Amino acid sequence: MSEQHIVPTSTYYTIFALLMLGTAITVAVAYLDLGPLNTVVALAIACTKATLVVLFFMHVKYSSRLTWAVVFGSVFWLFILLALTYNDYLTRHILTYG
Amino acid sequence: MSSSTTLLPPRHYLNNGYGIKSWLLTRDHKRIALLYLAGVTFFFFLGGAFAVMIRLELATPAGDLMTDDTYNKMFTMHGVMMVFFFLIPAIPGVLGNFFIPIMIGAKDLAFPKLNLASWYIFMIGAAFTTYAVVTGGLDTGWTFYTPFSTASSTSAVVPAALGIFINGFSGILTGLNFIVTIHRMRAPGMTWFRLPLFVWSHYATSLIMVLGTPVLAITIVLVAAERIFSFGIFDPTRGGDPVLFQHLFWFYSHPAVYIMVLPAMGVISELIAAFCRKQVFGYTFVAFASLGIAILGFLVWGHHMFVAGQSVYAALIFSILSFLVAIPSAVKVFNWTATMYKGSISWETPMLYAIGFIGLFTIGGLTGLFLAAVGLDIHVTDTYFIVAHFHYIMVGGTIMAYLGGLHYWWPKIAGRTYNELLAKVSAAIIFFGFNLTFFPQFIVGYLGMPRRYHTYPPEFQVLNVLSSAGASILGIGYLLPMCYLAWSLRYGKLAGSNPWGAVGLEWTTTSPPPTDNFTETPVVTWDAYEYPTRVEGHVA
Amino acid sequence: MSPETSAAAGHHQHHPALAHHFDSLSQQTEASTLGMWVFLVTEVLFFGGALMAYSIYRSWYPDAFAVASHELDITLGTTNTVVLILSSLTMALAVHAAQLNERGKLMMFLAVTMILGATFLGIKTVEYYTKFVEHHVPGPSFQFEPEYFNHAQIFFSIYFVLTGLHALHMIIGLGIMTWMFIWVKNGVIDRDYVSPIEISGLYWHFVDIVWIFLFPLLYLIGRHVGAH
Repeated sequence: MSEQHIVPTSTYYTIFALLMLGTAITVAVAYLDLGPLNTVVALAIACTKATLVVLFFMHVKYSSRLTWAVVFGSVFWLFILLALTYNDYLTRHILTYG
Repeated sequence: MSSSTTLLPPRHYLNNGYGIKSWLLTRDHKRIALLYLAGVTFFFFLGGAFAVMIRLELATPAGDLMTDDTYNKMFTMHGVMMVFFFLIPAIPGVLGNFFIPIMIGAKDLAFPKLNLASWYIFMIGAAFTTYAVVTGGLDTGWTFYTPFSTASSTSAVVPAALGIFINGFSGILTGLNFIVTIHRMRAPGMTWFRLPLFVWSHYATSLIMVLGTPVLAITIVLVAAERIFSFGIFDPTRGGDPVLFQHLFWFYSHPAVYIMVLPAMGVISELIAAFCRKQVFGYTFVAFASLGIAILGFLVWGHHMFVAGQSVYAALIFSILSFLVAIPSAVKVFNWTATMYKGSISWETPMLYAIGFIGLFTIGGLTGLFLAAVGLDIHVTDTYFIVAHFHYIMVGGTIMAYLGGLHYWWPKIAGRTYNELLAKVSAAIIFFGFNLTFFPQFIVGYLGMPRRYHTYPPEFQVLNVLSSAGASILGIGYLLPMCYLAWSLRYGKLAGSNPWGAVGLEWTTTSPPPTDNFTETPVVTWDAYEYPTRVEGHVA
Repeated sequence: MSPETSAAAGHHQHHPALAHHFDSLSQQTEASTLGMWVFLVTEVLFFGGALMAYSIYRSWYPDAFAVASHELDITLGTTNTVVLILSSLTMALAVHAAQLNERGKLMMFLAVTMILGATFLGIKTVEYYTKFVEHHVPGPSFQFEPEYFNHAQIFFSIYFVLTGLHALHMIIGLGIMTWMFIWVKNGVIDRDYVSPIEISGLYWHFVDIVWIFLFPLLYLIGRHVGAH
């Protein structure tokens, strides 16, 4: 999107600091035993970091609705792949043919 | 009505520069469309040659013409050539490339150099796959199922897979080009709901290309890596899951069949409107049905895997979704039929192809519903019933639409008309030959003849002989348009800008069009199929 | 559509970068930006397919994956994560400089981004070499404790596919940066024609995002169990 909006550098530095913080937390939490929550926390932090990069570094926060739709669509389609495939794997123990 | 111009425009896209460089380095979407025409035509006949071998072998029950390994290569290469190097690129690459910019009032696609690159990538991918074909062939089926393709097959899997991988980028870049073009390059006044349905169909197709093809790409990477480096990802003896390959493969390859049929449906919308001289009934519904097919088409891939070992519960979900995806297609068929009602119908060749499409696509689509039912699919899966089902859609549907579109737009592309009588006769031969080839396959499949076998029990011979006979008639039918269309380039009657008296921006410009498509950018104030009042304004 | 008024776009009509099939530079910019976003969609699905395979096998073989993951160097992995995120910052600052027509700063930030990217690839090379020496490259030379042999091989297969493809994308990114650097140097980029830098930035940030996911998924499995 051709943007008239120029993001101030202070925003970029703030986001960078948050990304560093997220990285530190991810590594630290990895050494704690949270059982299945380890994966959940790791993915949650990764998703948050990715969202910050998308919104601020890639300027999606200041972009058109079409850009938002494209970003959302790509994630949603990946979700379709994962969901319907897991639909198979998570239910195989119930019943399969043969 | 029809233009009375009998002169070719002095300067148009065909005489704007001569010599091989002006073609191989062109950025003109119309010339690139003709480059695609040459490519897909060649691969169509290459794939057809393999079909000839299949039907020859199956004319007798015994496996007497070739060994089973050779037969495996025949049906594999027939499938690979036809699917990846004809059906997927043909309508978008030829008709889409040529007409989308013109239909939206633009001078070219958004990225002309990328468009040319798409063609080169297509040809390079095809070269790799053809190389595989001539150096030992491929015997895995076009579906590349693991672990046979990764561990056991001794055929040229990696070059063929590489060729298909490369070709995938051609589709991705074309889809990307179409999406950006349609969003950003419409002429003033050309709102979304004034777009021809041909453009809507290609937009939906492009969404599928962009969302689905990358998953095929990564799947091929995994298969090639497994084969070269012996990874074990799909090898059940080492903890891998072959069904995972199928999930990844069919996530693309089911939507791929909608890549093959949606552009065809777009052509049909144009043909029905033009030859019934009527606004397409339920334009908005047809437009949204295209999007509906594209979206729902991504949710049904497991119906190819009902007996593969996925869970019954997953099969159930995929079955329900597969029934749903038929609905937007049915909406289109009903709307085309309703368009014909009280239309002013004329039976030129493109219209013959259009109604052929409607009938044959309907049969193919309805048999798809049988297959969506898990209980029935279990009995007919991997039989000739499936083969007949998809050929009714791919050949009875897509190829009919492709030929219909080619005939409809030929005067615009070439500036000349073809021999109508020959064309009608060819259409009839194709229709007859097609049904004789594939209808017996429904029967023989239902009776239990498996697919991908080069022998069969003798009681199926009569039906197979009918099918092989039909195939030879069909082959002749396909050769005829090659001849009379080529002949018309030199000797055909000059067409004028609007020989059909049709409504559409492409008919407002000269035949052939100038390189920049229009002498000045059109400003659109009318709907897509405003018959009959618009026609007077279209006299060139 | 080209909704821009001719007044705003008027003095751009003869900008040397304007392609003849576009009506205005802003239409061209919007088209190329949308084009890059659509391309990034394909990349999401491309890496997503591999992540799909990864997630299935991780759920099937959690112990083997944890043991195999421990064989990766967490220090190098974390360093690379920091390096790459830093390069995203410098890339964003490069775009900022371009928007303000600060040519010197733009070239500096592009250069720094490239150096950081090269650093990432250098560290990756060290890691790959280590894996090679330790016989953790899948295939005939693969060695691992017998209990987890097959499943660890699957982990490393997916590791090499994912990080290999990521590295390939980074190499392409470095190529794009070089190309942009040359364009800035030759004056092709000016205050009206900034979009190539923005679009290159989008690509680079995407490559960063892929790594943001790869790092925890590959390097941080079961670390609480301690070195094996």
